[in-house]
Amino acid sequence: MTAALLPDAPESPESPAAPSRRTREPRGGRVLGPLLALPGVAWLLLFFVAPLYVVLAVVFGGVDPVFRTVIPVWNPVLWSSDQPIYVLTHIVGSDGIFGPALLRTAVYVFTASCLCLLIAFPIAYYVARLSGRWKGLLLTMLIAPFWISYMMRMLAWVNLLANDGIVNKVISLGGIFPGDTEWLSGKSIVVILGLVYGYVPYMIIPLFAGLDRLPTNLIEGARDLGANRFSAFWRVTWPMSRPVVIASILLTCLPMLGDYFTSDLLSGAPSTSMVGNLINNTVLTPGQTGQAGAFVLLVLLVSLLPMVYYVRSVSRSDGAIG
Amino acid sequence: MSSLTAWWHDPWRKPRLLAAVTIVYLMWSLLPVLIAAAFSFNAGRSRTSWQGFSLRWYYGDPERSVWHDDTLQTALFQTLRLGVLTTLVCIPLGVALAIGLHRWRGRIPSSANSMLLLSFVLPETLLAVALLLVITQVALPFTLGTTAQVIGLVTFQLSYPAILVRARLATIGHQLEEAAQDLGASPLSAQRRVILPMLVPAIVASAVLVFADVIDDFVIVRYLSGDSTTEPTSVKIYNTARAAPTPALNALATLMLVAAMLAVALGFLLYRWLGKRTGEAESIGSFAGET
Repeated sequence: MTAALLPDAPESPESPAAPSRRTREPRGGRVLGPLLALPGVAWLLLFFVAPLYVVLAVVFGGVDPVFRTVIPVWNPVLWSSDQPIYVLTHIVGSDGIFGPALLRTAVYVFTASCLCLLIAFPIAYYVARLSGRWKGLLLTMLIAPFWISYMMRMLAWVNLLANDGIVNKVISLGGIFPGDTEWLSGKSIVVILGLVYGYVPYMIIPLFAGLDRLPTNLIEGARDLGANRFSAFWRVTWPMSRPVVIASILLTCLPMLGDYFTSDLLSGAPSTSMVGNLINNTVLTPGQTGQAGAFVLLVLLVSLLPMVYYVRSVSRSDGAIG
Repeated sequence: MSSLTAWWHDPWRKPRLLAAVTIVYLMWSLLPVLIAAAFSFNAGRSRTSWQGFSLRWYYGDPERSVWHDDTLQTALFQTLRLGVLTTLVCIPLGVALAIGLHRWRGRIPSSANSMLLLSFVLPETLLAVALLLVITQVALPFTLGTTAQVIGLVTFQLSYPAILVRARLATIGHQLEEAAQDLGASPLSAQRRVILPMLVPAIVASAVLVFADVIDDFVIVRYLSGDSTTEPTSVKIYNTARAAPTPALNALATLMLVAAMLAVALGFLLYRWLGKRTGEAESIGSFAGET
């Protein structure tokens, strides 16, 4: 995570405008820039843009009637829309086998993101602005989950939530419940909490980076001019931090849209499967690879708008872009 | 009561509530992992009840310990191999891309920049499935396995070095290389002898971040692994976590955790040492690219 991947917080009005660095082109060696950038650009075209076309060719391609293998069609003129239509007609209605998982994805991702923001904002605010000499230590501990494998963190919860795990032991000691709850078999709440646990660090860190850069003098000014704590927060701090809040919600939501492993590990039941599970379950099944491609396309279309918004908001604040 | 309102209105009161929330969060966030790591030292088979300390699951058990179980060892080495190879390919590519885009004005470099940012926010599953379809549907000189995994990981991680190094370049500005050129350096040698040394801390930081991120990766490495010989640790955990594993799985995960933390700690020390030499104050925050 890096501050360069975030939209800029507004500048304090007193601070002089940063000198523009884009006035002149670097002198000499007009070819040097393109030459150095070429391998990277070629790599992105080859392994990032071209694969998306292959997805299209598979989705709008055909299926071998005997071997059920995929026959990609490279020429857009010959594309058939049988597979996407099959997927679309099976979302709602009597054949709506895909609808529940899609709806569930929306509900899970929305709920988990709201919970993430509820947890992340106060913590990022505290560590960035109020923690004083503890800041370095707290920041290190907030960053630590980044470098702990997601699978290890889920494994930790599989252990805790197992039938004879610590969670059930703690509950039964209290005597409130018998303590034999099967947490790991198809409980939506466990999957949502797993998503929150997994992704909240990815929200705290960008929020921290954004809140750390807010100009303090504006907030102090609001308090000096008679605003109480809440109106200073609501009318000054919150509006200034909104771009960063939106960016960090996107940075958490988007990866969640493709998540299938959290549901697999913490529930494993079809009753909690998300669109990621639909992709994962069909992509290697003979004859259904095209469907997996169609779901990939669907998620891509849904996330396109937020992604473009994100790219624009970051590019705009990056003065170096021509 | 009046003391309570006085406390409430005291502008210098300590933010105890927020501090408590932060501490509770950190415990919730880190304790489960520490408990899982602790159970890798369990003497018995259980991952939920403590039966005494032993190194059985690391070394002692002649069949199922990490040291003696070939499948776990393979996973461990595959993870480290992918980490090293991806970092070696990704960093030069990303640094060159950053310098190139920094010097190049126009429509192509700005769309290349958008592409980079898109690759950063695209859900990983989508990229992994797309690359899987490429490798299974297009005749390529390589198949699923280490090569495919490295290609996928480099594509997914390229934005790290490119964006971190570009952010550093923006703070350096053009004056120094112009001065170097005024003193007779060619454009290329100005890059090599003036700009590149100034970029070393940013390059070290992004190399560490890429390495630590790659050894934790799951989605790309799973789809692009050909068979069980190229399945790294994270995939091993995913495959066995729900199928009655032994604490050896916890031991494997703990070793990965230690490897990542060690890489980050050493990288940070190197970064700080480099920063001291160039006279800049470096913090853990700037190391992770926060400022």
